[in-house]
Amino acid sequence: MAAHLSYGRVNLNILREAARKELREFLDKCAGSKAIVWDEYLTGPFGLIAQYSLLKEHEVEKMFTLKSGRLPSADVKNIIFFVRPRLELMDIIADNIISEGKAHSSRDYHILFVPRRSMLCERWLKEQGVLASFTNIDEYILDLIPYDGDLLSMEYESAFRECYLENDQTSLYHTAKGLMTLQALYGTIPQIFGKGDCARHVANMMLRMKREFAGTQNQILPVFDTLLLLDRNVDLLTPLATQLTYEGLIDEIYGITNGYVKLPPEKFAQKKQGEASKDLPTEPKKLQLNSAEELYAEIRDKNFNAVGAALSKKAKIISAAFEERHNAKTVGEIKQFVSQLPHMQAARSSLANHTSIAELIKDITTSEAFFDNLTVEQEFMTGVDTDKVNTYIEDCIAQKDPLIKILRLVCMQSVCNNGFKQKVLDFYKREILQTYGYEHMLTLNNLEKAGFLKTQTGSRNNYPTIRKTLKLWMEDANEQNPNDISYVYSGYAPLSIRLTQVLARPGWRSIEEVLKMLPGPHFEERQPLPSGLHKKRQQGENRTTLVFFLGGVTYAEIAALRFLSQMEDSGMEYVIATTKLINGTTWIKSLMDRPESQMP
Amino acid sequence: MAFITANWNPLGDAFYRKTELYEMCWNIRDELKDSLVATAPYGGPIALLREPHRRSPSSRPQLEIYSASGVAIASFPWKSGPVVHLGWSVSDELLCVQEDGTVLIYDVFGSFKRHFSMGQEVVQSQVLEAKVFHSPYGTGIAIVTGSSRFTFATNIEDLKLRRLPEVPGLQGKPSSWVVLTQDRQTKVLLSIGPELYVLDNTSCIAVCPPGLSQAGSIVHMSVSFSYKYLAVFTDTGHLWTGSSNLQEKLSEFKTNQTAAPKQMVWCRRPKSQQPSVVLMWERLLLVVGVCNDTIQFPIEEQSVLVGELDGARIISSTHQELLQEVPLVCQDIFKIASMAPGALLLEAHREYEKSSQKADEYLREIKEQNVLGDAVRQCVEAAGHEYDPDTQKALMRAASFGKCFLTDFSPSHFVMTCRELRVLNAVRDSSVGMPLTHTQFKQITLQVLIDRLVYRQFYPLAIEICRYLKIPDYQGVSRVLKHWASCKVQQKDLSDEAIARVVCHKVGDSPGVSYSHIAAKAYECGRTELAIKLLDFEARSGEQVPLLLKMKRSQLALSKAVESGDTDLVYTVVTYLKNEMNRGDFFMTLRNQPVALSLYRQFCKLQEQDTLKDLYNQDDDHQELANFHIRSSYREQRLEGRLSRLQSAVDEYNKAKNDFAAKATEEEMRLLRFQRKMDDEKGAGLLGLSLQATMEALMSLGLHKQAEQLYKDFRVPDKRYWWLKLKSMAEKEEWEELEKFSKSKKSPIGYLAFVEVCMKNNNRYEAKKYVCKVTPEQKVKAHLAVGDLEGAADAAIERRSESEMGAVLSRCSASDRLLIDKLNRARVAATKK
Repeated sequence: MAAHLSYGRVNLNILREAARKELREFLDKCAGSKAIVWDEYLTGPFGLIAQYSLLKEHEVEKMFTLKSGRLPSADVKNIIFFVRPRLELMDIIADNIISEGKAHSSRDYHILFVPRRSMLCERWLKEQGVLASFTNIDEYILDLIPYDGDLLSMEYESAFRECYLENDQTSLYHTAKGLMTLQALYGTIPQIFGKGDCARHVANMMLRMKREFAGTQNQILPVFDTLLLLDRNVDLLTPLATQLTYEGLIDEIYGITNGYVKLPPEKFAQKKQGEASKDLPTEPKKLQLNSAEELYAEIRDKNFNAVGAALSKKAKIISAAFEERHNAKTVGEIKQFVSQLPHMQAARSSLANHTSIAELIKDITTSEAFFDNLTVEQEFMTGVDTDKVNTYIEDCIAQKDPLIKILRLVCMQSVCNNGFKQKVLDFYKREILQTYGYEHMLTLNNLEKAGFLKTQTGSRNNYPTIRKTLKLWMEDANEQNPNDISYVYSGYAPLSIRLTQVLARPGWRSIEEVLKMLPGPHFEERQPLPSGLHKKRQQGENRTTLVFFLGGVTYAEIAALRFLSQMEDSGMEYVIATTKLINGTTWIKSLMDRPESQMP
Repeated sequence: MAFITANWNPLGDAFYRKTELYEMCWNIRDELKDSLVATAPYGGPIALLREPHRRSPSSRPQLEIYSASGVAIASFPWKSGPVVHLGWSVSDELLCVQEDGTVLIYDVFGSFKRHFSMGQEVVQSQVLEAKVFHSPYGTGIAIVTGSSRFTFATNIEDLKLRRLPEVPGLQGKPSSWVVLTQDRQTKVLLSIGPELYVLDNTSCIAVCPPGLSQAGSIVHMSVSFSYKYLAVFTDTGHLWTGSSNLQEKLSEFKTNQTAAPKQMVWCRRPKSQQPSVVLMWERLLLVVGVCNDTIQFPIEEQSVLVGELDGARIISSTHQELLQEVPLVCQDIFKIASMAPGALLLEAHREYEKSSQKADEYLREIKEQNVLGDAVRQCVEAAGHEYDPDTQKALMRAASFGKCFLTDFSPSHFVMTCRELRVLNAVRDSSVGMPLTHTQFKQITLQVLIDRLVYRQFYPLAIEICRYLKIPDYQGVSRVLKHWASCKVQQKDLSDEAIARVVCHKVGDSPGVSYSHIAAKAYECGRTELAIKLLDFEARSGEQVPLLLKMKRSQLALSKAVESGDTDLVYTVVTYLKNEMNRGDFFMTLRNQPVALSLYRQFCKLQEQDTLKDLYNQDDDHQELANFHIRSSYREQRLEGRLSRLQSAVDEYNKAKNDFAAKATEEEMRLLRFQRKMDDEKGAGLLGLSLQATMEALMSLGLHKQAEQLYKDFRVPDKRYWWLKLKSMAEKEEWEELEKFSKSKKSPIGYLAFVEVCMKNNNRYEAKKYVCKVTPEQKVKAHLAVGDLEGAADAAIERRSESEMGAVLSRCSASDRLLIDKLNRARVAATKK
């Protein structure tokens, strides 16, 4: 079913199976035919756990999207609401129930809260007078969703905004709970490192929760040796830069949601022989992207400039394999060839798909606009003239380029300069307000609050020191055969990943000075294991670290960690967890506030 | 040992025995005669209410509670109304049914727990008779009232009264009645003279026991422990037995006794060979087997019969005995001249102890038949059924002896029986007084036994048993400790300090013991301070919150909720506080809890905008207040409203010393006013556009002057303005104007932009005009933009820039041979230098 989850160092399929089991148990609790009313936000993440077929096996006959008014008609015994515990959703549910009235008195209503039930919501429903209408109110603890063989995501989109803008630490509570579930399945993680306020908070909650379970010892041999908790605001720079890995670029340009990407259909038109491809498909082409696809697993983390070569190499191998048929003489040989056909055909169609995607991306990466943008980004990252108003940004504003692009660049410049002089900041802000509208005042305010935009306050710019100490800029990045993580941004080595790398070797003590310059505390905690669970490490056996990015992680950073896992002498394998997979655009978007004018 | 069969009486082909359980510890004489007596099965406690009908307030009847062995547990004068019936619930609570239908519940120590009523109409008509029964749902109560109506409840924990239909022809109470539970349905079986009726929720049906030949009045009935069998006694002395669904007859027997027996109970056991009914009269105990064989015992004292799962207990003022059918396995072993394997093994072991070689002969005999395994099993099983420890030991030793000669025999049965017998002997001890048989013990399970010990407050024994039987802490020791602590906190003679200390000392970190549960108990008893002290030991702060709220320690609840990190919990406390406190105090409380405050703000953003404003106001958070006004300005439908909101924002930004935002907002207001004016004057449709878009629109409408005005008023940077003009003119193809504009002063955006914009609007001719004005660095790009390769090549060569030459080269096609050569040469020359 989800074999790609079990390939990695840690078998994440265990987690998925546990989640599926719980889902089945809940569905069976509501006997008879069912319709599910979905909180739209949840459908994507749920898709990673269970397909429609599983629901169907358990008598789910209809699915609707949660919205106000009467429920669509359905001849079912049970109506189940799958929702996040949010008051605005409770209002809709109450509205549904009230509009339904006495129409279906024999019908049972249920609520499944994801990821956990909430007293507040239940009280809210009670105040609306509908709580008694529900036969079952349950929770479905889905914190960490297995996304790929080495990747877990909570798919909690607003986590960064809530933590750093609104001081709402709900997502961190879920994080801690999720990590407790993970430890219940994969053993206590003996070492916890962290950097940042949120990391500290999560670690504190984990230790507290462990105390609460005092007396019940976890008897599972630990799979993870170390947990590293990293606040996203320790490294604001990395996600702002344009990712240059294959997967990163797909995400930057087309956006990957819940493991799927939608692409313009033109390049994927089926060319059947003898048939003129008259009618081009109009629906976007939807593709699932994960390591279950052999070719994709191979090229996803490569720098885009190395993808072409990899694809043509693959093309040669595949056509050679097809040529084999001419050498097949005996019946046995032909039979063997035929048995491999499905696999080869899958490989061929996978190759065709990725060749098309690569062409689409190449059209963009070779454009002048892309090049100019990248040049400016790299100037910022290397610290060229970051203290003055940048002409390129100025021109982009004058040309009315998309606002998010402008915000990404301005924020990046600010971060690389540790803030602007008042005059420079005010200039940018005025330019943005005058060009894109005064309603963006709130967004700018948010960006200031979250630390993206700021004025230099006396202290000198310490970004150059950080860059030099951590070797964030590598002049001679090798894109084809990388020897350093900087290949993922063609020169820039992500700060977050450098911190991870240094932690493994030689340890954070060597960079105390730099750590002090970055926001939030850094710490180390140990969770004692019961005797008998201490691992006896085989000669040359790697250690495993779970790196948790609080507030989001990019595909390029993941690529960099995978690169480190594969390095022969690193001795460390990484599993990645995050609140949400992000890129600069989705990230900035989540911080925007755009009031709609009600004036006619 | 030799006399083990001395108390056996044959009944048909089975044997019955009467075993003495206790010499009763109590000191009573005739009280059993004129008291209401309640005895609980499974060796439960006994309650006596002396002279229940004595009503004068000067001499109140006394209620006494004893253990099954007669140890006094509680005694107190009965102060409530006249009691009709006493009975025990499944969890050892005493139910006292009063005449007026009130049911009072006491625990085993005689402390009042709660009460409920069997219905309003009962107060008038009074309860005539009541019965407490045990159903699959729990403990039930059935009553018959003075108006001859039956009412019952199947579970007193979840009280649902059912009033049964009227019984035709019934005056007063029926001559006899019993409660039946069949197929999860509860019914009443009652007799009026010779007639028998089944009464259920909906109907009353006359029935007839099959084969009841003699038609006297039915004066007594009894159902078996399992509700499967029924015994009926008529005033002609006939005893009919059969299935309780009245489908089948077992036997009919004439007793020669016409008086109704005082008590009649079934005496059976699981896998009974010869079930019987025990009837008790003043001086006679008669055991009637379904085979119509009987055993008679004389009775010397007032006695009470207690039906059990596997027999009947006979309690008198001095003794207590267990009457039961001898289990088959015991018969096999102890029957005189038995050759059963177990009997031979017991004999073998006896000889072995005497060091006689006969032991070997017996063993040989067993082994020849290949039944040594059976022999061991028989001895172990029989030991379980024996009450006397010496007999148990003899049988277990024999089993152990036999085991030595077996190679692969699982010891678990043996070990388990040893342990269980040890536990049973401990609880049977007179000081505890729970005369459980092994069969009963298996039926109620160890869990329930521990619960019952806990109800009786035998905490050390319960813990001892849990540890001895190695029950996981969660189900065992912790559970006992929890009960102990809950009981401890009710001790009034100890100070809060002392109790908290001793509870903490004993309970420590035992897994599964919830301090919040104990604290809740303390709070129930009115000891709030103690509850708070105990809550401090609770590791799960989430658990502390609900109780703290209940105790009105909301501030503490809030800080615990924050500590737990569970935001839902924080929200819950916050909404609670909001309803409980006045606004001022509420805001002050939040101020001291930043986490709660920000969550509440989130809540207000969604649900209560106005409160949000008040919050910011209280904190003098001018920046956020201003943002609030900005946000709300967009919700205004009219310009005036919007402007006044924005003005408020400006004021707040000023207070927050945010000059930039204040100025920008003033600008916004100015722009809005300007747009409205233009819309009114020219119908320009500008309202809501950005400044840039406004200027653009003005230009495309030809309102250059007004655009110019904005440019000056809003101090738009030259660069952006030039870009705007350039694009606007090019789009409108005002080429002459454009040229004039380009010459108006030195372009702040250079001239490459002119070239590119012209090309974008498909005018190469105009574009070329600006190429010469372009700075040298951009020359190549400009030439390329207009498609002039040669010009580009010349410029590149002039600048000796290798990369630019490369850029030109990449644009050349094969036909540009000459140009390519020229560039290549220049390139080589450039590299040489």
